[in-house]
Amino acid sequence: MSYEPVIGLEVHVQLKTASKMFCRSKNAEASRPNQHICEICTGQPGTLPVINKEAVRKSLMVGLALNCEIPKYSKFDRKNYFYPDLPKGYQISQFDLPLNGKGKFEVHVNGQLREIGITRAHLEEDAGKLMHAAKGDYSLVDYNRAGVPLLEIVSEPDIRTPEEAKVYLQELQNLMRYLGVSDADMEKGHLRCDANISLRKKGEKSFPPYKVEVKNMNSFRAVERALIFEIKRQTEMLDEDKTPAKETRGWVDDKGITVSQRSKEESQDYRYFPEPDLPVLEFTPEFLTELKRELPELPQARKKRFMEQLNLNAADAQTLVGYKELSDYFEEVVSEIDDWCKADNIELSSDEHAKFVKLAANWSLGQFLALLNEAKLNPNDSKITQENFAELIKMIGTGKVSQLSAKDIFAKMFETGEDPSNLLESMGLAQVSDEGALLAAVQKVMAANPKGVEDAKTKGERAFGFLVGQSMKELKGKGNPQIISDLIKKELDK
Amino acid sequence: MELHELTVKEASEKLLNKEISAKELSGALLDRAKTLDKDLHAFLAFTEERAKQDADSADAAIKQDRAMPLTGIPYAVKDNILIEGIQATAGSKILENYKATYTATSMKRLMNQLPVLIGKTNLDEFAMGSSTENSAYGPTKNPYDMSRVPGGSSGGSAAAVASGQALFAFGTDTGGSVRQPASFCGVVGFKPTYGRISRYGLIALGSSLDQLGIFAKTVEDVALIAQTVSGPDEYDSTALNKPVADYTSLLNNDVKGMRIGIPKEYFASGIDPEVEKIVKDAIKRFQDLGATVGEVSLPHTEYALATYYIILPVEVSANLSRYDGQRYGFSAPGKTLEEVYVNSRSLGFGAEPKRRIMIGTYASSAGYSDAYYKKAKLAQQLIRKDFTDAFEKFDLLITPTTPTPAFKLGEKSDPLSMYLADIFTVGLNIAGVPGISIPAGMTQSGLPVGIQLVAPHFAEEKLFTAGHAFQKSLDQKFKPTLTK
Repeated sequence: MSYEPVIGLEVHVQLKTASKMFCRSKNAEASRPNQHICEICTGQPGTLPVINKEAVRKSLMVGLALNCEIPKYSKFDRKNYFYPDLPKGYQISQFDLPLNGKGKFEVHVNGQLREIGITRAHLEEDAGKLMHAAKGDYSLVDYNRAGVPLLEIVSEPDIRTPEEAKVYLQELQNLMRYLGVSDADMEKGHLRCDANISLRKKGEKSFPPYKVEVKNMNSFRAVERALIFEIKRQTEMLDEDKTPAKETRGWVDDKGITVSQRSKEESQDYRYFPEPDLPVLEFTPEFLTELKRELPELPQARKKRFMEQLNLNAADAQTLVGYKELSDYFEEVVSEIDDWCKADNIELSSDEHAKFVKLAANWSLGQFLALLNEAKLNPNDSKITQENFAELIKMIGTGKVSQLSAKDIFAKMFETGEDPSNLLESMGLAQVSDEGALLAAVQKVMAANPKGVEDAKTKGERAFGFLVGQSMKELKGKGNPQIISDLIKKELDK
Repeated sequence: MELHELTVKEASEKLLNKEISAKELSGALLDRAKTLDKDLHAFLAFTEERAKQDADSADAAIKQDRAMPLTGIPYAVKDNILIEGIQATAGSKILENYKATYTATSMKRLMNQLPVLIGKTNLDEFAMGSSTENSAYGPTKNPYDMSRVPGGSSGGSAAAVASGQALFAFGTDTGGSVRQPASFCGVVGFKPTYGRISRYGLIALGSSLDQLGIFAKTVEDVALIAQTVSGPDEYDSTALNKPVADYTSLLNNDVKGMRIGIPKEYFASGIDPEVEKIVKDAIKRFQDLGATVGEVSLPHTEYALATYYIILPVEVSANLSRYDGQRYGFSAPGKTLEEVYVNSRSLGFGAEPKRRIMIGTYASSAGYSDAYYKKAKLAQQLIRKDFTDAFEKFDLLITPTTPTPAFKLGEKSDPLSMYLADIFTVGLNIAGVPGISIPAGMTQSGLPVGIQLVAPHFAEEKLFTAGHAFQKSLDQKFKPTLTK
């Protein structure tokens, strides 16, 4: 039987603010447990919450970017349950009037645009962290995280494949970074994802009579793998005419399986009621207009600009904007290129300029991205400055160095951060464009390869390439290939 | 006159004139308390060391001519209000060894004036009760009759002021917990508008109803203290940024022409005849002072108590969740996490908190919330409107504070009859309006009886003006004999 997965994601994003959601404790990395705590975020008697305005603003920016409906009024509610990581015995969250209502998010899956509905995105406080003693019958609680602002973004069950789920998450992460609202690092728990998944027969429109929630996926890859595993598990059950249980399952990464955690046959009653310690929020049209104005350029607008202004193709532009820091870096390289083009009186609209930009894009997405991924570095953490990057592009574009040699230079730059023109000298990789020197090499090769010369005259392209290659070899890879081929052509025509 | 009989204003004058020192004044009160409070049990703890330090600071300030009106004045604080480093049990076993880690905003403001802290006073557990019998640490007695209750839940603070162990005291008022004991103990008890005084550092009972309250012998003293602690607070979003009038300078405004409404629903059946007579005499007195009086209806009055006993327990059920044996306070061991929760809360809480947690949990559960909690919130709107409508025609309302004078210890053994002790005070909390109870007379058997004045939201000055005029005209001393 052929089934179609019905997947919805609940994503929790830790917002980057100076202080926590309802108190003045720092919202920051801590060097020891219970470092950033106060009487409010540890639930001492008599304490009261006060709303962090910055967290509300950042939540609304996400809502605007996800095309969410923003209500006139929003309020906080108490979600009641007991757990040692929850200091007050209730979490301040939002129930029926979230900051952000229905919206949609367009993601790019295999070159296709997919629209995923957003159910809501509401603001709440994070809980602390339990630390279980390796030995002994106790656990410790670290409240550094307790009270950190958390935006929960709930998608509609519009996702159909594990890959789509992964891309949705990646693009959501990228969006958070564009908006500057969160570092959204999954490994650090800034971005956490729970998935709801069930299967229905292909062609059916109604939702299956069950739903499995999968938790504990700590990377994009884990989300994809866990969903693949669930699809297989549920398919096997359905094929045997069994309905999978309504339950929460946990992903076990090293075993590559999900295991049952608790049944959801009876839903827990959180007894939500309005938080009496906090006022209802009211958003004026002026406030929202102002907030919209403050929205930074988002990935799709940037992609459009890259294509229209920099003549990048859609695929390159999409890959670039999908990685905000790389896009930023690339743009800084382009602005360096612009600077010396201006200095050299090269028209910014000219083909010459476009050639440099294209080279910068290729090198950003090629060698640079590969080296970054290998070293697990962010563009800004690499040793190559944007200025040096641009200089190397200029050297390639003006024929001072061959693409091949440039690769060696680039690798060295990445390793040491050295200046490319210095490396060109010290590594002896300057491209030879001097026609006299090149002609001597070409003539030497042709004299030594009469058959090659004959073939080039009769058999065309491939045989011609042989002569170019031999000449390059003679020049230890430093010859300008364009000039070499021109010279060979001239010699053959003689 | 003995030192413990002084009003705040009188004591302040003596301190400023250097007739007495702060050290002598607080020393005299603490000495008196040592014998007196063994039987009365107004206090859960005396803060003698702190009192000495406070008195030294006060005396130094007086010496350097930088004294303020409350400098050197001995005061007491209900044990559900936090002062850093000092116990805050809320009258519960579950906070038996809890020491506050910070100071309530209102207390910080007060302390700027350098008063002298005498101790922390007894209360019904988590301020749930009307007699102070629900305290995990034993009941407080009424200074006028040791066989009777002082009222509650702020019974300790009321008794402390009535018995001269402190010249003023703080309580909290969620449904009448300041006004009702003030009436039973023959002192003035004031509950401000919801949002007038910061709640930061008050152990929450009903978050949408709680306010800090003030006890003193005179309205004049209360006005001065209210002035000191009122106003917005960046730690409490519900403390509103409304201007605080200069209460003390408005005290002597004329009562002539004031329109005072008599809500007919508050004089229906069930009032003790002596209480009714004292209130009617008080109304007459206001007329003599030049006020015009007229009947008014607050038609939803009968729903106030029922509304209260839905909204309050729902908030309680969440507010008391933090007492879980995990981070502070009483913790009973168990084999599992679940057992630690159950054991700590079963043994830590008394009967009344448990009852209200259960009612509140039920009333906010899925499937019941609409019928109970949401309905109660709608009723709250109607009750609130009753008051705002009445205040279109009247400046103030006058009612009895309680249907009866102080009752006997152990007399009200079923919860419902105890809840009815707040029948005239609870509506104000539901509506959020301010009120004050002022001693107005004594019963034949020598028990004090108070009247309650009610003002519109954020019009506390009207209570003080009318109350002050009333007190001045009522040439009657309220002074317990303090016999067993």
